[in-house]
Amino acid sequence: MSGAPFGFRPDQPDPGEPAPERLPADAVVDLAAARREAGIDEVLERLDSELVGLAPVKTRIAEIAALLLVDRMRERYGIAAARPTLHMCFTGNPGTGKTTVALRMADLLHRLGYLRRGHLVSVTRDDLVGEYVGHTAPKTKEVIKRAMGGVLFIDEAYYLYKAENDRDYGSESIEILLQVMEAHRDDLVVILAGYADKMDTFFAANPGMQSRIAHHITFPDYTVDELERIAVLMADQLHYRLSADAREALRRYLDRRVGQPWFANARSVRNAVERARLRQARRLVERDDPRVDLGALTTIEAPDLLASRVFRDDAEPGATVRSA
Amino acid sequence: MRITQGTFSYLPDLTDDEITKQVEYCLANGWPLAVEFTDDPHPRNTYWEMWGLPMFDLRDPAGVLMEVNACRAAKPNTYIRLTAYDASLGRQTTALSFIVQRPAEEPGFRLDRQELSDRRIRYTTHSYATERPAGDRYPAP
Repeated sequence: MSGAPFGFRPDQPDPGEPAPERLPADAVVDLAAARREAGIDEVLERLDSELVGLAPVKTRIAEIAALLLVDRMRERYGIAAARPTLHMCFTGNPGTGKTTVALRMADLLHRLGYLRRGHLVSVTRDDLVGEYVGHTAPKTKEVIKRAMGGVLFIDEAYYLYKAENDRDYGSESIEILLQVMEAHRDDLVVILAGYADKMDTFFAANPGMQSRIAHHITFPDYTVDELERIAVLMADQLHYRLSADAREALRRYLDRRVGQPWFANARSVRNAVERARLRQARRLVERDDPRVDLGALTTIEAPDLLASRVFRDDAEPGATVRSA
Repeated sequence: MRITQGTFSYLPDLTDDEITKQVEYCLANGWPLAVEFTDDPHPRNTYWEMWGLPMFDLRDPAGVLMEVNACRAAKPNTYIRLTAYDASLGRQTTALSFIVQRPAEEPGFRLDRQELSDRRIRYTTHSYATERPAGDRYPAP
């Protein structure tokens, strides 16, 4: 554009809201009060109680929250610093909670005033990459426009780049993403997620992406203890409780399941709980005594879990267990 | 002559901040926005060219501003407007439309009189800008 921007009125002062009063250099601010005001504690507490384990992830989130809070306080003293870049990359095995954390992250960043809206737009390669020449750029841009003011979560981001096909449209999409990650840093946060080894290859092929992402967060696998707590939490959310025997059976189930192929952490646990529900329902319906009480309807017993294929002796280690 | 079409056209041109606030209002009402441009300022020219598709499912005005700026960069010396469409049953029409860019110089209109039989007169507005070929009507100053 040439000349002054549209609607620019040089003779009039900006009619925006008056700038908040700058604190004198010897003033003291209460960080704890500011935390309460922003509702950060609440989000972090919920994160802690609803997500089991994931210590490194929680530490990093707490660090980011602290940084944004301190930045806000510094602003009140009139220290202007560039807004931190918060594009992130989540790596971890299947079922370690990447999507769940991304959702929380959007909420947290909104409460901290970093994002204006705090919604999450979750996409995969299909939503970004077009099918023919000239289709990719509008498609990617549309997704980016929808994500503005919130978080753009790209699941299995390594599929965007296909090394074996240099005519693939994925690289066009990556180029647009890179441009937006730089130019619209204030408008949206991009979170890439994927399995660690494939993401490493992806970043090796796209060094620009690597350098624009400040936070690489690794999601560790859950221990058996954590998986057990997750199972109890999931059952609780479905208004089921596990009897003492069932807890013990669950423990044994998880011990066996962890070592088997296609183990997907919390996702496998969710499936196990779902199947236990099925077996519990069948057990109740097929019982000789057709009368049930609330306790029976909401309790998962040990046989519901022990009927799993995981416990079958012929299921030798390494055998395919898809619907254990 | 400054043309006045759409909402706010008797006010001074909106700044980007003010445009953002208007877009925010549209999005809060659930109206998708579209960017349109033209170089034919005739008041009866209601169908302007579309800059991309209407933008559905947006939550934040930044995305709309991005398209407005892209259109301004590609069509620096034309009229550009934002149109908000209300899709609710019973309305299904443009809810808000306002100009977000105008050419640096607007040559204006002249009134043509056509004499007909029995001393009748037929009037027509003639835009000076349309004397030049389309696409070349507002040369960069």
